[in-house]
This record gives sequence, structure tokens and C-alpha cells, in this order.
Amino acid sequence: MLLPYFQAIESGPIGEAIRNSTWLFPFVEAFHLLALAVIGGAVLLVDFRLLGIGLKRQPVAELARDAQPWLIGSLIFMISSGVPLFMSEAIKCYYSFAFWIKMSALALAIIFTFTVRRRVTSAEDARFSPAVGKAVGVISILLWSTVGWGGRWIGFS
Amino acid sequence: MSLHALMQWMADTEWSVGLHESRYAYSIVESVHVWTLCIFVGFAVLLDLRLLGITLKRVPVSQITTRLLPWTKAAFVVMVISGVLLFYAIPLRTYHNVFFRAKAVFLLLAGLNAWLFHSGPTYRRLAEWDTSPMTPRQARLAGAFSLALWAAIVFSGRMIAYNWFDCESPQKSAFMDTIAGCDRSTEVSDASTVFPGH
Repeated sequence: MLLPYFQAIESGPIGEAIRNSTWLFPFVEAFHLLALAVIGGAVLLVDFRLLGIGLKRQPVAELARDAQPWLIGSLIFMISSGVPLFMSEAIKCYYSFAFWIKMSALALAIIFTFTVRRRVTSAEDARFSPAVGKAVGVISILLWSTVGWGGRWIGFS
Repeated sequence: MSLHALMQWMADTEWSVGLHESRYAYSIVESVHVWTLCIFVGFAVLLDLRLLGITLKRVPVSQITTRLLPWTKAAFVVMVISGVLLFYAIPLRTYHNVFFRAKAVFLLLAGLNAWLFHSGPTYRRLAEWDTSPMTPRQARLAGAFSLALWAAIVFSGRMIAYNWFDCESPQKSAFMDTIAGCDRSTEVSDASTVFPGH
């Protein structure tokens, strides 16, 4: 059902430009990976705190506030570098199980991060029990890890 | 025994062949390498940004070095182990890869930068500027160098997968051949080794 769209994307100008270049795909990919490190730090800093490890003397809300611009900034950077990578090999992605896993996990991770996780990390410490915080931290780490693993695995197929 | 010969010997060991020919082992090791990158580089970047006075300004630097750095170090150990395995899977080609060589140099420089900062006078006086959002010049310099070097390490690490300058690829320039240590008069035994998953 979606295949014709994927075919159209792949044969579009951006996809073609990337495929015709030796350097473009690796370069965009390397920047995608750099942003991955930043988003990893921004997500894990707060998730670790929710789990009661790492910077546990700082309030969750303070760490979440500090991490927020890096999380959003690197997420925007990841998406804007990931989209051209996808465009250059859309049909391969269509048939890649890892791609669909990654995209589903990404959608869930974004929704979860900006709804449940945001509420829990912006509230003063007493409002949610530590157990809720721990659950949110675990879910966040699992979702974002699936995005990363799925992404790496697209390359192996 | 030359390093080239040592790599040749390593490439012919049973475990090395097994690792790069296996269906999943190589991919799993590489995924672990990338996953720990999130923890290690992610936290290292946070410390660097704190040293630059850009983020976590209200968090004492000592909190980051005592509570976050152990995780950073643990992730670094996993990164090194998985990285060594990735090298061991394809030793000869990797040894002659210009990006691998660049990465090794950047890694040495990053290590040197961290060591100089941690053993230097500014870090010994950490108590004086621990809670201050504005950090001393030497701390900012160390943070900036660390950021640039780790970006270069991630970048060149990703590029190792590409074979533009490999000894068995068509010669690009004599300069690149020198950096790669290519001897175009001899045959390379794992010449056909392709990195899984570009």
C-alpha cells in the first residue's frame, strides 16, 4: 500500500543526489551518529536520575530543564539528517524489518517523552512516587534504545 | 615481525574469521559499540559542556565527576572491548584504513587532553570553582578540545566502514597510500573483506 510512495521518495531529487555522491551518505550518516551521542546524553542523564542513579542530588525537574534544549535540538538534528538518509534508500527501508521497528519505537518514544515523561520530570519531586519515576526511566531507556538498535540494524539488512 | 604480518596472522586466526563471517555476532558487537557510545560520548559531552559553562550550570562539577563519570568510565570499558573485537574481526584491512589511523591519533589526543586537565593545577583547585557557572579558562579549553576530539573520533570511526582509500581500492593519491601504509606490490589476504552494513 505504501510502496508506491516509498518508490516516489527514492526516485526524488534528494534521494538521487545522495545516491549519486560518494561522500554525501557517509557524511550525513556521521553527523546523524554525532547527534545520537548528544541525544543519548540528554535522555540518559534524566532517565538515570529517575532511576536514582547518576546526579541524584539534583532535583529531577532541574536536570530535565537543563537537558531539554539538548534533547529537542539533537532530535531535530537527527530527524533532519535521518530523512535524507531514508530518501536515498526508501525502497530498502520499506522491506527492512529494522526500519519499521525503529520508526514505531521512535513514534512511541517521542509521544512518551513529550507527554508522560515530561509531566513526571517537570513536577516537583513529591508529586509522583519514586516507583513511577523508575518506571518512566526504564520505559524511556527501552524505547530510545530500540530506536538506536533498530537504526543501526537498518544498515545490516 | 612487522605489524602488517601480525595483522595478517590475526586475520587468519579462527576466532577472527568466525567473527566476521558470523551471521549476527559482528552486527551485535557493533550495535553494542554504538549503544555504549550514547552513554559514554553522551555523558562526556555533558561534562565538556559543563566545563564550558554552557549547561548544567547549577550542578557542581564535582557532582558530575563523582556521580556521572563512573558510568562514563564503565561505558568506555565496554566501548573499548567491543571496539577491539570489531578490529579483531577485520584486522588487516582496518590496520591499513586511513580513518582508523586518524581515529587512533584522535583517541590518543583525547586521552592526553583528559590526562593533562585532570592532573593540572586548575582541576586540583576544583573546590574554588566547583559551583561556579563560569569556569576557569583551562577548564573551558579542556572542554572545547574534548568536544572537538570526540566529534572527530565518532566521525572517523563511522568512516572506517568505507574503503575509498583502502590499499585494495584504486589508488587515490600517493599521500593517502603513505598514510594507509599501502604496499601496492603485494597481495592482501583479506582484500575481499567487506564491512557488513555500511
